[in-house]
Amino acid sequence: MNTGIPIEYFLVTATLMFFAGVYGFVTRKNLITMLMSVELMLNAVNINFLVFNRYLFPGQLEGHFFSLFVIAVAAAEAAVAIALIINIYRNFQSIDVEKTDEMKF
Amino acid sequence: MTNFSYTVLIPLIPLFVFLFVGLLGHKMKPIVSGLIGTCGLLIAAILSYFTAYQYFFNTEKIDGTYQKILAFNTIWLQFTEKLHVDLGVLIDPISVMMLIVVTTVSLMVHIYSIGYMKGEKGFARFYAFLSLFSFSMLGLVLATNIFQMYIFWELVGVSSFLLIGYYYEKPSAVSASKKAFIVTRFADLGFLIGILILSFNTGTFDFISLTNVNGAAILTGAGASFLGLSVMTWSLIFVFMGGAGKSAMFPLHIWLPDAMEGPTPVSALIHAATMVVAGVYLVARLFPVYAISAPDGLLVVAYVGSFSSLFAAVIACTQYDIKRVLAFSTMSQIGYMMVGLGVSKYGGEAGLGYMASMFHLFTHAMFKALLFLGAGAIIHAVHSNSMKDMGGLRKYLPITHITFLIACLTIAGVPFLSAFFSKDEILTAAFHHNMPIFIVQMFVAGLTAFYMFRLYFRIFWNKDTHYHHTPHEAPITMTFPLIFLAIASIFSGYIPFSQFVSSDGVPFHSELEWTVAIPSILVGLIGIGIAFVLYKKESASSQKIAISLKSFYVAIYNKFYFDEIYIFVTKKIIFNYISRPVAWFDRHIVDGFMNSIAWVTNAVSFRIKGFQSGQVQQYAFVFVSSAILLGIFFIYLYSI
Repeated sequence: MNTGIPIEYFLVTATLMFFAGVYGFVTRKNLITMLMSVELMLNAVNINFLVFNRYLFPGQLEGHFFSLFVIAVAAAEAAVAIALIINIYRNFQSIDVEKTDEMKF
Repeated sequence: MTNFSYTVLIPLIPLFVFLFVGLLGHKMKPIVSGLIGTCGLLIAAILSYFTAYQYFFNTEKIDGTYQKILAFNTIWLQFTEKLHVDLGVLIDPISVMMLIVVTTVSLMVHIYSIGYMKGEKGFARFYAFLSLFSFSMLGLVLATNIFQMYIFWELVGVSSFLLIGYYYEKPSAVSASKKAFIVTRFADLGFLIGILILSFNTGTFDFISLTNVNGAAILTGAGASFLGLSVMTWSLIFVFMGGAGKSAMFPLHIWLPDAMEGPTPVSALIHAATMVVAGVYLVARLFPVYAISAPDGLLVVAYVGSFSSLFAAVIACTQYDIKRVLAFSTMSQIGYMMVGLGVSKYGGEAGLGYMASMFHLFTHAMFKALLFLGAGAIIHAVHSNSMKDMGGLRKYLPITHITFLIACLTIAGVPFLSAFFSKDEILTAAFHHNMPIFIVQMFVAGLTAFYMFRLYFRIFWNKDTHYHHTPHEAPITMTFPLIFLAIASIFSGYIPFSQFVSSDGVPFHSELEWTVAIPSILVGLIGIGIAFVLYKKESASSQKIAISLKSFYVAIYNKFYFDEIYIFVTKKIIFNYISRPVAWFDRHIVDGFMNSIAWVTNAVSFRIKGFQSGQVQQYAFVFVSSAILLGIFFIYLYSI
C-alpha cells in the first residue's frame, strides 16, 4: 500500500525527534523537561515502529501493537517519574538535576 | 580357625572411655572418672589375656608356625584401586605380647594413679588422657599396615605431649612437653620418608605382605642403590630414625629426661614401659625385611642401640634426680633391646636376638614400671625428686623398699629374676654374632648394677635425713600395683618365651648359656659391690672420685652438653642462617607480591573514581555517545 510519501521522510523526522530528545535529556537541568525529552524519544521510536510495519510488512500488526504498548508504558513511566520528582523536590527543595548528586564516590 | 574379631574392642574401649570422661569428666566426682577409666582398662586387659590364651593355646599352627591373623580390616581411606589406607587388627605373637604388656602396665598405672593423683586439679582430664594414650598404643601394636602404625604413632606422640604438659602451669613442664613433641616429630619425618620409599618400592603398606619372606616385597628390595646402600636399606634406616626418636636413642634422646616433668605414673606408663619401646616394636615388626633385604640397616640398629645404652648408663651414674636416673636407665635398657634385634638373624636359633629383645621388652616393662611407680611412692612421701633430700627411707616405707629392691636386683641381672634371663639372652646373641658389642654390653651391665644400687642405697640407706614430717607409706591403691609388678618382675623370666615369640614364628628351644651368664653375674655383682662400698653409709669417697675425674665428671653430669649443642645448633645456626632468610623471603617477596597487587588496585581505583560523579546526565551522555560509536563501528564493519 503505497501512499506516495517515501519512507525516508518519516525516518528523518523520527531521527530528528529522537536526537532532539537526547539533546534535551543531556542538556536540560530541569527534571520535568528531561522527562518530556524522554517522551520525545519514545514517540520517535513509536513512529519508527509504525512506519516499518506499514512499509515492510503491510499485512501484519505487530508494529501497531508494539507502539500502543510503548504508549501505555510511557504513561506509567510518566506517573512514576513525576512521583519521583515530587519526592526529590521534597528532599532537595529543587528539581535541578545537578543538585541530586548524592550517589557519587 | 578361632575367630578373633572381638579383639577390635580392645583399643575401642579406651577410646570410648576417653570420649566419655573427656567430655563429661568435669561434671563427675573425680573418683568416678578414675574408676570409669580403670574399669575400661580392666575390661581391655581381660580381653587381651583371653586373646593371648586363644592365640597361643587354642589356635592351630600351620607347619609348626604361629600365623599372622588378620582379625579385622576395613578400608579407611581409598585413593586409587591399589593405594588405600586400611585400619584393622593384626594378631601375631609380638602384637599379642604387646597387648599384654600395654594393658597390664596401663591397668596398674590406672589403679596407682587413683592414689597418686588424689586431689590434683584436673583429675578427670588426667584419666581421659591416660585412656587416649591406651587407645593409641593399643592401636599401634595391633596395626595391620605401616600407615596405620604411623597414624597411631603420632597419636601416642600427642598423648605423650598432653601428659608431659599435664602441669601446664609449670613453665618447665610446658617446655619439656614441647621439646618431646618437636624432637619426636622431627624423627617422625624420617619415619614418613621411610614409609614412602618403602611402600613405593614394594607397592604395599600391608605388614603381612611386607614381611612375607617369600613375597614380592622382600625380593624386589635389593634393586637400585644410592650412596653405596640399596634403596631398601635407606628406607629402613629412615624408618629406624622414627623408631629411634620415639625410643630415645642417641642422638634423638634429649627429650626423654625432660619428659620426667610429667606426673610419675605417666613416666611409668609412657616413658618407661610402653611408648618408648614402640621403636623396638617397629623394628621387630619389620624384622624380616631388615634381616633379609637390609642387613646393613640392622647393623645401624645394633650400633645405635649399643652406643645409646653405654652413653645413657654413664650419664645415669651421675644424676641426682631419681626420675632422671630412671629415664637414662630406660634409654640404656632400650639400647639393649635394639642390640638384641641388631645382632639377630632371621629364623631358628640364629633368631635368638629377636626373641631375647622381645623378652627383654616384656620383663623391662614390668620392672621399669615398678621402679617408676616405686619412685612415685617415694616422691609422694618425701615431696622431692632429688636423692640429696633422701636417705634412710627403708624404715618409713617398708613395702616400697622391698619392691624397689626387687626391681633393682632384677635390672642388675641378679640370677633367677626375670631380667637375668632376658638380658643374658641378648648378651648370648651378641656373643655369637658381634663380639665388640658384646663387650660393650657386658660393661653396661656392670654400670647398670652400679647406678641402680647407687640409687637404691642413696634412697633407702646412707645418712638419716631429717624430714619435716615423717614420711608415710602410700595407700593401698599405690602399693597394690607395686606388689603386683614385683611379682611379675620375679616370675616373668620363667615364661618359656622362645616357645611363643621367634623371628619366623617357629617355636624353638633356648637355654641359658653359662659361659655368658657367669661373667654377667660377676659384672653385676661387682657393680652392686662398688655401689655398696660407696653409698651404703654416708662417705666422702664418692665425692673424691667425682673430684678426681674433674671436667670429665662435669661433662657427664651435664649429659655431655647435648642439650646445649642442640640449642646452639638450632638457635644460633638454624634460626640465624636458615630461618631468618626464609622468613625474610616470606615477608618481603611472597607477601610483598600480594601487597603490591592490592596497592596497584587501590591506586588505579583512586584515579578513576572521578567517573562516578553522581551526575545522571553525564552518565546518559557517556552511554549515548558510546552507543553511537559502537553503532558506527558495527555499521562500518558490516559495510566492508
